[in-house]
Amino acid sequence: MKKIWAWGALLFGILYFTLPLVGMTNFSLKMRRGEYSFDAYAKVFGDPRFQETFTYSVTQALFTIVFGVLLVVPTAYWIRLKLPGLRPYVEFVTLLPLVIPAIVIVFGYIRLYNTSSWLPLTGSAFGTNILLMFGYATLALPYMYRAVDTGLRTIDVATLTEAAQSLGAGWATILARIILPNVLVAVLSGAFLTFAIVIGEFTMAALLNRPAFGPYMQLLGANRAYEPAALAVIAFGITWGCLGLIQLVSRFQKSAPPKA
Amino acid sequence: MSSAHISARSPARRLPLHWLGILPFAAFVALFLILPTVKIVVGAFQTPDGSFTLDNIRGLFTPSILAAYWISIKISIASALLGCLAGFAISAAVVFGGLPKGIRGPLLTFSGVASNFAGVPLAFAFLATLGPVGIVSVFLRSELGIDLRVLGFNILSFWGLTVTYLFFQIPLMILIITPALDGLKREWREAASILGATGFQYWRMVAFPILLPSILGTLALLFANAFGAVATAIALTGSSLSIVPILLFAQIRGDVLGNPHLGYALAFGMIVVTGVANAIYIWLRARSERWLK
Repeated sequence: MKKIWAWGALLFGILYFTLPLVGMTNFSLKMRRGEYSFDAYAKVFGDPRFQETFTYSVTQALFTIVFGVLLVVPTAYWIRLKLPGLRPYVEFVTLLPLVIPAIVIVFGYIRLYNTSSWLPLTGSAFGTNILLMFGYATLALPYMYRAVDTGLRTIDVATLTEAAQSLGAGWATILARIILPNVLVAVLSGAFLTFAIVIGEFTMAALLNRPAFGPYMQLLGANRAYEPAALAVIAFGITWGCLGLIQLVSRFQKSAPPKA
Repeated sequence: MSSAHISARSPARRLPLHWLGILPFAAFVALFLILPTVKIVVGAFQTPDGSFTLDNIRGLFTPSILAAYWISIKISIASALLGCLAGFAISAAVVFGGLPKGIRGPLLTFSGVASNFAGVPLAFAFLATLGPVGIVSVFLRSELGIDLRVLGFNILSFWGLTVTYLFFQIPLMILIITPALDGLKREWREAASILGATGFQYWRMVAFPILLPSILGTLALLFANAFGAVATAIALTGSSLSIVPILLFAQIRGDVLGNPHLGYALAFGMIVVTGVANAIYIWLRARSERWLK
């Protein structure tokens, strides 16, 4: 009786989650009438707008990751080492991007950093790119901070710092050569998640008018039939890949902890 | 502690130097998270020339804007409730249902992926499934003679959006509630059955009350999650369904309401709704952690 119920719940879950995936895959292969083909994918990959927007978003993601790591690792380290009293407050602040909808944050950007303001970031394409990158860093902050902070919990920050200091290391050396390698797995987890978030992000890029992958997908969805399904399959593959890589690196850490 | 010997050397400078370390972070958060939000909140209470007013807030109480909030809230509540229910059932099935142990790992991994698979591609996936020529719609029509559209189902509607949102709501529930279910101690169940409780009584009088705060808390989180979702809604419905995020999107793009400060008020309303939902979440989670250590 109990087992039937459990299998029923699981079966429902499997059905609900596989049907859309099957649906989009099936649809993406049906561009040629009467037979399955990869035409939709060929169309998508051959589209110069796809290549441009995808490259743009990948570049944005990479810069966001670098910026996020440079911002979060020293901060989380410093708070664990010197200002533990601040931890709950900083943690609360890093969770705020989950509370305040992205559309509200970017609305604030547009009003705060327009051409007539003291910091006219939206005045030039370069400035807007920077602003968008900061926006992405904000969206990724909850995940990045939590990942790094969890990583720091597993190492003895104070002892490592004192040992390095007594050997004459400065702060930059300690961060780059002691702390970062020790929390590398956590940083990579945060980085892959950031990548997955940035690559398909729509709201911020659309409202800041940047040629990113998310707005491109939306535009194609409004005008085409089969290509959007192919894009959905590609996007799902990217998300799956990023999350898979997180699993892979954390398993790697578990299997070889003492050497790190 | 290392701070002790630093203070021995330069007691006067200790405090400022410590605070300098989080300056970059504080500056970033202030400039790109706090100030933009404050700007919106303050703008909601300002006239275009900068003086204080409640007119913008009052402006929200027009039938069309209230209707947008109402349908947004309805979709968020429906997808949060159903997400909680389905997520709980699946999670309970895996934790207590006696299913093969091997299911658990893949389920959690898949939940991690699916809860992040939102936005534009998710809308495409559901259009290809439940849209007019989607795989399920076509199957039901040609094989079983059931026309979803005749039954009143339309992917570009309240239920269409709700069913789509469930794709990221259910996995989020699974990810949060599975650890809570793991926290239910076997001893509690044994103690209850020694005292003569049936399985149903154990659930109703022991397990459910303990789990209730985490369930309600997750409900609030799922609500806020659905309420702020923009991309999925826009990609799915264009602008045919007037929910708050879509209305705000159109307002930012082209001032469709004809009053820039009404846009601030609209955004402020969103912050209030998600803020309240999250405050409930934080409060209930603190309560549930008392039991699940």
